[in-house]
Amino acid sequence: MARGLIGSPEPVATSGAEANTPLPRHPALLLARRRLAQAPIVLLIVITGAFLLLEAAPGDAVDAYLAGLGGDAGLVAELRRRWGLDRSGPTRFLLYLAGLATGDLGWSVSFGRPVLAVIVERLPITLVLAGAATLLAFALGTGLGLLAGARPGGPLDRLLSATALLLNAVPTFWLGLLLVLVFAVRLRWLPSAGIETIGAGHTGLARLLDIARHLVLPTLTLGLVYAALYLRLLRAGMVEAWRSDYVRAARAKGIPRRRLVLRHVARNALLPVVTMLGLQSATLVGGSVVVESVFAVPGLGRLAAEAVTQRDVPLLLGIVIVSAVLVVLVNLVIDLLYARLDPRVELAARTP
Amino acid sequence: MRLERRALLRAGSLLGLATITGGRARAQTPRRGGVLVVAADTEPRNLNPAMVASNGVFYVASKVIEPLAEMAYGEPGLTPRLALAFEGSKDGRSVTLRLRPNVRFHDGKPFSSADVAWSALELWKKHQNLGRVVFKDLEAVDTPDPLTAILRFATPTPLQLVRNALPALTAVVPRHLYEGTDPLANPHNQKLVGTGPFRFVEYRPGQYYRLERNPDYWDAPRPWLDGIVFRVLPDRGAIAAALESGEIRLAAFSAVPLADMQRLAKVPGIAVIDKGYEGITYQLTVEINHRRKELADLRVRRAIAHAIDPNFVVERIFLGYAKPSTGPVPRFDTRFYTAEVPTYTYDPKRAEALLDEAGLRRGADGVRFTVELLPAPWFEQTRQMGDYLRQALKAVGIEAKLVVKDPAGHQKAVYTDHAFDLAIGSPVYRNDPAISTTILYQGGLPPGVPFSNQYGWADSAMDDLIARAARELDPTARSELYRRFQRLAAEHLPLIPVVEFTFLTVASTSVRGVADNPRWATSHWADTWLEA
Repeated sequence: MARGLIGSPEPVATSGAEANTPLPRHPALLLARRRLAQAPIVLLIVITGAFLLLEAAPGDAVDAYLAGLGGDAGLVAELRRRWGLDRSGPTRFLLYLAGLATGDLGWSVSFGRPVLAVIVERLPITLVLAGAATLLAFALGTGLGLLAGARPGGPLDRLLSATALLLNAVPTFWLGLLLVLVFAVRLRWLPSAGIETIGAGHTGLARLLDIARHLVLPTLTLGLVYAALYLRLLRAGMVEAWRSDYVRAARAKGIPRRRLVLRHVARNALLPVVTMLGLQSATLVGGSVVVESVFAVPGLGRLAAEAVTQRDVPLLLGIVIVSAVLVVLVNLVIDLLYARLDPRVELAARTP
Repeated sequence: MRLERRALLRAGSLLGLATITGGRARAQTPRRGGVLVVAADTEPRNLNPAMVASNGVFYVASKVIEPLAEMAYGEPGLTPRLALAFEGSKDGRSVTLRLRPNVRFHDGKPFSSADVAWSALELWKKHQNLGRVVFKDLEAVDTPDPLTAILRFATPTPLQLVRNALPALTAVVPRHLYEGTDPLANPHNQKLVGTGPFRFVEYRPGQYYRLERNPDYWDAPRPWLDGIVFRVLPDRGAIAAALESGEIRLAAFSAVPLADMQRLAKVPGIAVIDKGYEGITYQLTVEINHRRKELADLRVRRAIAHAIDPNFVVERIFLGYAKPSTGPVPRFDTRFYTAEVPTYTYDPKRAEALLDEAGLRRGADGVRFTVELLPAPWFEQTRQMGDYLRQALKAVGIEAKLVVKDPAGHQKAVYTDHAFDLAIGSPVYRNDPAISTTILYQGGLPPGVPFSNQYGWADSAMDDLIARAARELDPTARSELYRRFQRLAAEHLPLIPVVEFTFLTVASTSVRGVADNPRWATSHWADTWLEA
């Protein structure tokens, strides 16, 4: 549920709203400028939405805190006063926005610390995990997708497509636990959970290697699931490209198969894959609740889930803001990449 | 279906055989050394047990911050920790505590009666969820010398109650680190400083708590362990895997799903231990909203009780690790427990007859009336009980709609908004009915008080009995009053206790000195050690 809140940004339609202002020359810069101008609006919509959703959920932070604990009426009232929950929803929201305007992300009641400090602690590991998983997924997915799509219907294609379908169908936590059972429990090659060896006191490179070792299984889990997606997308795109007139024409011209596959079939099929890359990496920077839970990775996804369970509104809004900013940035990069891959996009940007 | 059930039952009893009986299995000389890595699944925001009396807090904090006394098996049921002896005055207005000498806090400062006085008046009485009730009449704490603290009460308070409160309610923190600060915002609520066998080293949110051996512990040569690491593992499947891979050596509070225990119990070197939680026995209860007119009828409540098969719940939901309840006090507390109460055996025919008698006949669709049923989300078993109760009620013509909420939502719906007809609760019994249990039966409590009688039920005889027992100074007479309390509760059934249950510990057989007291998981672990 937390992932739904922060992981799926609404695509905002590109309009020619800023057509009258002087335009930067380079289309890429133009695109960047447009995206960044939209960001604050996107952010405000997302913050308001998240706030309203949490307000609509029954119970507040005090209810969440006392669940499983108990207390008396005096304690309940005292906590509500302390945590500012005796104020009305709109008042709290306005106070929050006012704080935000001064760059203050607020106070997390469930951690008893500033929201920013809590998030900053969790962000790096999420970014590393998301980045590594995306790289793995993209490399593996497109690489194998290329092999599958080079000869659709061939034995290699059938094997790869079936495997991809299977990977797509299994629940992520199940795949994670399966990898744990094989690599941590049976073979004992890798740790089953956590992000570093506790109390080992590693520093520098040794610590980095230790963290990397801990991240192998979570990266593999996330990476495999998304690789399957990229594989199927690229393959589907290539199957379609094989049927197109330009490929037929190129074939008729006698272009060598290797060149045909790479230049004509795969390049065109790559566009939807890049689009998906943007969407998926946007989801991933919000953290993956499932993988972070199975592997006990203290990332943003678990934090967001905790924030919802604890009804920690400022913390959840903080996570929303941070992930929204990351999503905007990732999408900007994807757009630029897209413009490079497809000249038509560049053309469209030039003529608003 | 039948076969399947039988197979499951057999598997359950096999599991029972595989269970060993805790740390007393083999006597052997404890060995010094080793860091015990265990699983933790919650990270309480306030870890100070003097302010927050909950099992999640105690699990970690009890090793660092000690209470005045701990529960023990057998008579007299207590072992001294920070207090060596206590004595009550005849008028019930004071309790004199003789404290342990030569005890130091982890920062090197000596422990004295001033710390007890400050913890009692400023934390237990003012801030602690349980202490606010038990110590509400605590007026002053005299400290005639550093090793004597005299608790003074405004009204007569039974010594039996104070004694029973010692294990869970009386953790002592250093006054010099708290005085003059806002206790709720004190950094030492996370960076704990106490007198316990282990010192707090670090907390990495989302990852672990790390404790190290206190070399100056008053009970030298204890503790045996060099340290304890509580690894935060939010996924229960991951906990089982970490046990198997040897990355953790112990998981308490049934952190591994009961279904997985069957498999784990067969793994060589892993033991399932069902002792060490008797002092924190939980119950599975059906909570009833008496504002609903059908449920205000005693015949209907009795019918619901007759519709439930506690043995099914014990065998199928708890795989044998539970016992049917007879009333609000669990069997383990023999000082208060009585079996001589009205009982409601599983008898769906009788249930149907009672419902007919109440004028709630089956309609054309076979339904007598419809209720909303809210199973508490705290445990796997509270949710499963919801599923079972829905079926059990359907069999007697009551249609239950399951409404599952998350903790905050459940808390608000049941205990503040009263937006439920039936709910599945799981109250914990804490060594004295007045500490944990009478609050579920006492009338006139304001809405919003969690885990209290928010059921819209009030009975003057019950209220009178609860008030008398709270003041009764003679322990024998007090126990008798609580036996009457149990009889009255069973007769009126304001809520229905179905089964009582404790938790399981899954641990490597190399972990020794496990489950040697009735609150073991939430106690000091000074006697726990690791085999080479």
